[in-house]
Amino acid sequence: MHAPRQGVAGADVVSPRSSGRTRLITIRGLDKTFGGSTIYKDFSLDLPQGRFISIFGPNGCGKSTLINMISGLAPMDAGEVLYDGQTIQETRISYVFQNYREALFPWLRAIDNIHYPLKVMGVPAAERRARVDNLLAEFEVKIDLNAYPYTLSGGQQQTVSILRALVTSPEVLFLDEPFSALDYEMTLFMREQLQKIFMKTRTTMLLVSHDLEEAIQLADKVLLLTRRPTRVAEIVDVDLAWPRTAAVTTSERFTGLKRHCLDVFWRQVKGE
Amino acid sequence: MMSQSLSRDTAARTLQYAAGPVLLVAAWWVAYATGAVNSDLLPSPFLTIADTVKNIQSGRLGVDFGATLMRVGYSILIAVAAGVPAGIALGANASVYRSVEFLIDFFRSTPATALFPLFLLLFGLGDPAKIAVAAFAAWLVLVFNVAYGVLNARQTRILAARSMGASSLRVFRDVTFFETLPQTFVGLRTAVSIALVVIIVAEMFIGASDGLGHRIIDAQISYNLTDMYGSIVATGVMGYGLNLLLLLVEKSVIHWSGR
Ligand SMILES: Nc1ncnc2c1ncn2[C@@H]1O[C@H](COP(=O)(O)OP(=O)(O)O)[C@@H](O)[C@H]1O
Ligand SMILES: [Mg+2]
Repeated sequence: MHAPRQGVAGADVVSPRSSGRTRLITIRGLDKTFGGSTIYKDFSLDLPQGRFISIFGPNGCGKSTLINMISGLAPMDAGEVLYDGQTIQETRISYVFQNYREALFPWLRAIDNIHYPLKVMGVPAAERRARVDNLLAEFEVKIDLNAYPYTLSGGQQQTVSILRALVTSPEVLFLDEPFSALDYEMTLFMREQLQKIFMKTRTTMLLVSHDLEEAIQLADKVLLLTRRPTRVAEIVDVDLAWPRTAAVTTSERFTGLKRHCLDVFWRQVKGE
Repeated sequence: MMSQSLSRDTAARTLQYAAGPVLLVAAWWVAYATGAVNSDLLPSPFLTIADTVKNIQSGRLGVDFGATLMRVGYSILIAVAAGVPAGIALGANASVYRSVEFLIDFFRSTPATALFPLFLLLFGLGDPAKIAVAAFAAWLVLVFNVAYGVLNARQTRILAARSMGASSLRVFRDVTFFETLPQTFVGLRTAVSIALVVIIVAEMFIGASDGLGHRIIDAQISYNLTDMYGSIVATGVMGYGLNLLLLLVEKSVIHWSGR
């Protein structure tokens, strides 16, 4: 039931991946209005899969709206989104919400929260346990998972959220400002954790961030958006080495990238 | 030292709790002894307590207490069985809810006791009529609260479950139901206190041969004041006890509430 869908493709389908080309997320002709105000009008974009992509832009420009629509969480007025040629429904997608407090199920223990997506998929209990155990071992989780989420710290709760999102081995993972409710120390720690996860799994990640430093540190590409109606201002390549240690984030190259992104951002905000 | 201060805390707390009832009995006794209230209306508090203890020991108060409790219990069972599904169904569909919202508000505002004659016509003089009125009044409160809870369930968790591919039914069973539980308990506690009021009044005025309502009015008619006051306090004990019980159940079932 949870078999990777692209793995069962018939002989007539030659996956672009097998031909060595970059797999793409293609967004075409996306429209979205909220009560008369246009957020997106004929928005099109290609993004590479298997990469870490950060989304950065002015407040209220529609970053959340964009990832909600392309993750299938919210409807679009018009347009098409394909992951490597497959629809949203045919793609294994996970989503990490900003507000972990309101996204975890407080009536379930942390461990049962992590089990839940597999339960929904109909994975048998024994296999579920095995997969969760693997995941926990892989990421060396040191949280008391028999606790209820509300007894855990904010960082631990968001870690549980991320584990819950990862347990299905998603092809694409969306994160909407996942660390913005955490204190600074925890935020730094969680950025490191997320990096580790990405380097291990190479899962396509789409991260919305309101922190430019974070957006650049974690990403292969930073998608800079304009004010509404929203367009792509620029897609900035972050050609820095992984892992993005403190040495990397204090390098001249990093500060240069940051200055460039900030320039683009201010130009957009001032509407030049 | 630690346990000493702890026991002193407990003692202080007990004293605080006991102060209210002690003050009440004292005020009662002063009113009685000084003749501030006509002693034809107010018996001695100690006589009342003694008489009530006697009635408890003889088991007669217990029989009436039990009869009332049974009626309240049945009406609440019916109200829950019919009200929770109805509330969920209504709350799941905002437009359906809006179309019947006026009706629910209207009947919620109608005193349930005004419906006695109608229910007597429908069910006759016996227990079914009493239980039906109480059940109806409790049902309305439950439907309203459950529907409200479903309508106002936090969207993030529902969205989260849906993003994992959960079907609507599954989202309902695994998320909305739990999200609604706190509001359901609010409704349940209100429903129980309304059912108690309705049952007591029904026992007073529509042909009952037992129950605390019947006992109170009987004592009044035969001018047995100590029994009357004792029985009134017994209804208070029932109401308070039921509320406390539900609060305890709520606290253990909805352990995440407010956390
Ligand atoms: N469900 C909604 N109904 C009406 N307006 C909305 C809704 N969701 C978002 N908006 C509006 O759309 C714009 C973009 O919102 P959002 O995508 O949340 O921005 P951000 O880039 O800050 O994440 C905002 O002006 C917001 O007020
Ligand atoms: Mg947002």
